[in-house]
Amino acid sequence: MDIDLMLKVYPFFLEAAWVTILLSVLTALIGLTCGALGAAARLSRFALLRFVGAAYVSLFRGTPALIQLFILYFGGPQIGIQLDAFEAGVIGLGINAGAYMTETIRGAIISIDKGQREAARTLGLSAWQAVYRIILPQAARLMVRPLGVNLNMLIKATALVAAISVIELTYTAQRYIGSTYKPFEMFLLAGILYMIIIYVTGRGVAWLDRKVQIN
Amino acid sequence: MGLDFSVVPQYLDILLLGCAWTIGITLAAAVLSFFGGIMFAVAALYGPWIIRLPFRLIAWVFMGTPLLLQLFLIYFGLVQIGIDLPAFVAGIIGLGLHFAVYNSELIQTAILSVDKGQMEAARTVGLSRGQALRKVVIPQAVRAVIPPIGNNMIALLKDSALVSVIGVSELTLSAQRAIGATYRPFEFYLMAAAFYYVINLGMEWVVWRIERRISISR
Repeated sequence: MDIDLMLKVYPFFLEAAWVTILLSVLTALIGLTCGALGAAARLSRFALLRFVGAAYVSLFRGTPALIQLFILYFGGPQIGIQLDAFEAGVIGLGINAGAYMTETIRGAIISIDKGQREAARTLGLSAWQAVYRIILPQAARLMVRPLGVNLNMLIKATALVAAISVIELTYTAQRYIGSTYKPFEMFLLAGILYMIIIYVTGRGVAWLDRKVQIN
Repeated sequence: MGLDFSVVPQYLDILLLGCAWTIGITLAAAVLSFFGGIMFAVAALYGPWIIRLPFRLIAWVFMGTPLLLQLFLIYFGLVQIGIDLPAFVAGIIGLGLHFAVYNSELIQTAILSVDKGQMEAARTVGLSRGQALRKVVIPQAVRAVIPPIGNNMIALLKDSALVSVIGVSELTLSAQRAIGATYRPFEFYLMAAAFYYVINLGMEWVVWRIERRISISR
């Protein structure tokens, strides 16, 4: 193992890790927004919205995220969408993650007993108040752990933007594998950084999960 | 530059060939990940610590890093140690190992949840420990995890698109080739997405059939 080489290039990997973290945070925010909207659509009273929500989930979970990224980044200009690679990566991955989060959020909401809503309505709360004050606070507790799983997958999925040349961890590793022919060392550097990011996020999610539980 | 799908039919045979590669790679990697998953699970649960420890380490690394990075390691790493495999073999090994680790986690939980009495009863009627595992415990455990393994296999189909990056001419790379000749990325990536979607539907149907068959025979 070539430790000298690893010490020489690790500052570049560290810099790339920040890009991966930034990508993950932005993707997670877009994903959560899309997921909340998607879940609201899937649980809507209106059949059209339910259909749109279901189609969103089915199409984006039924095709590879890589292809979705390519359509947005390479195909976008043909339909008037000009994005740089970073923007396309964040938006593409965010919409993709949103499809998975839609199902997580929806699952948590429908697992809240129907009686809760009925009781809230009986007590004189409006339909919105029942959702906002009674159902969502309970569902939110159930969402933390599965959304944590979504987040874990999403962090690893940010590696895909290497394929559209965003200079993040995987792209950096790929570039140095190409120039140094030391795949194991470069994998080790990038892998350790990914695992630190995943580990810290996992601990954060576990902390939040404990925090929101009632007992 | 608007959209023009009229160039697509000309390249349909390339795309269909890409589909065949995608299906073939997915199936090969699925089989590898299934049996690899069982082997990993048994090694992680019953192996001596000298085997258990590296397996835990491998599982930890494979679940904590992106598949794309693992594919680079396997493809270029094998070359570095003098094994020059075709890209599609490296791709199958990479996908297969990656999902074997995920399957192994599922199978381990299932093996532990098979009643202890099963193992004891099997030993009592004279089966060796290995036989009891092979013929009594593992078949029950595997049956219990078919649905989540099915989900993993559907994820594997979509992740098979990543092997295009190491140069395997499956559906994604076929679309890229057609784009290289026509400069029509939107049309061809959309076509590729449509093909993936159809293959995905087919796979969901197969998984659903297998699940149903298993639940009936219970």
